Amino acid sequence: MLRKKASKQQIRLLKTIVFNTCLIPFLLIIWDGFNDLLGADPIKTLHVRTGDWALRFLLITLLMSPLQRAFNVSLPIRFRRMFGLFAFFYASLHLAVWLVLDQSLRVDHMLEDIPESPYIMLGLLAYLMLIPLAITSTKGMMRRLGKRWVELHRSLYLIAVMGVVHFFWLTKLDDTEPFIYAVLLAVLLLFRYLTNKKINKL
Amino acid sequence: NKIENYVTSQFSLKEKLTPYEYVTGYNNFYEFGTAKSDPALRAHLLKTKPWSLTIEGEVAKPGVYNLEDILKQQQLEERIYRLRCVEAWSMVVPWIGFSLAELIRQMEPTSKAKYVEFTTLYDPKQMPGQKSRILKWPYVEGLRMDEAMNPLSLMATGLYGEEMPNQNGAPLRLIVPWKYGFKSIKSIVKIKFTEQMPKTSWNESAKHEYGFYANVNPDVPHPRWSQRRERVIGASLFTPKRDTELFNGYGEHVAYLYKGMNLRQFF
Repeated sequence: MLRKKASKQQIRLLKTIVFNTCLIPFLLIIWDGFNDLLGADPIKTLHVRTGDWALRFLLITLLMSPLQRAFNVSLPIRFRRMFGLFAFFYASLHLAVWLVLDQSLRVDHMLEDIPESPYIMLGLLAYLMLIPLAITSTKGMMRRLGKRWVELHRSLYLIAVMGVVHFFWLTKLDDTEPFIYAVLLAVLLLFRYLTNKKINKL
Repeated sequence: NKIENYVTSQFSLKEKLTPYEYVTGYNNFYEFGTAKSDPALRAHLLKTKPWSLTIEGEVAKPGVYNLEDILKQQQLEERIYRLRCVEAWSMVVPWIGFSLAELIRQMEPTSKAKYVEFTTLYDPKQMPGQKSRILKWPYVEGLRMDEAMNPLSLMATGLYGEEMPNQNGAPLRLIVPWKYGFKSIKSIVKIKFTEQMPKTSWNESAKHEYGFYANVNPDVPHPRWSQRRERVIGASLFTPKRDTELFNGYGEHVAYLYKGMNLRQFF
């Protein structure tokens, strides 16, 4: 009994540590902002850095269930929600930079720009699709939705694909970075496909 | 090195200059790498003295010229121009240079010369970015003859009162302020007069994205992004974007060049 309680505390401690670690990129951005370290085009820097972290956390979130399956441990799954919400957090910042700094909250400008920019359309759509996942990320929702929860949250793969395509479309010439994300995502998708096949066979 | 003896120009904008550190630290010069900070880090590898300029093609005085000899013939002037990048940002830069038209007149192009083709140095040792095959090297740009003869077309050799920093395209670069920045080719080693439209680098790389003309035009979006507005480099975080002007605001000097042309088709 005592042991189990201790392990619960350990997990809580671990969660605190991980949570604060996930905040570091955000704090660094704020720090750089206040110290005038965002460079010649600070809005672009903010855009790139929040977008990078949104994508990274999407991939980290998608890594949790493969880790669980590969090593047969339950620990990663306990962190999946936190990582997912951090992906949502950084994606929200990314969107806020566009709305407030890039577009200066001018709805008329947005309505002009959106139809002319396929990558903005795709990014907005991906963000909208993230919202229901964030809302239904609680344990209570998971219980209430049951099987449908799993189906709904599978859309995260599609959202990640959209995020990577969004990155490709806004890149001018050197595709190295989005390509790296595409490869990582492909590995995750492939792993899921292969292990699902196995389970179906069983 | 400071440049002595230059005059001011009637074509100069009366606007706040982009800080020197951004003009010389935020550059698209893929010969030194694709990051904006790469040119400032690596351009010291480029040796700009001596520099020769080859003139060839449909011209009465072809040959290999020493840049210093060419400069002796020219009156340098400072021109404060807005530079509008195709990536939807802009700067205001005090260039120093001489009129391209003047140089062309001295070289006496023949009646067959319809276009002017410019080529950047190709030497991967001095320009390590050329080791990666993102573009077909050497970089080539071009203008129609009447565009090249326009009084705004500048051959720049300096900025902010000093000799051109390497990362900005030393020792000799083109400035055509009514066109997107990539037309203003850097570190030029060859000028060729041709009958046919030159095959320019970005146009060859992605025809539907970068046209030969590449005139700044808020009404013709790039296939992937809008060109209606631009971010002013060096402005504060909360400064709204600037409305992009047709021909980058230089319409009174250049609009006649495109009379009757469909600017959506010839973008």
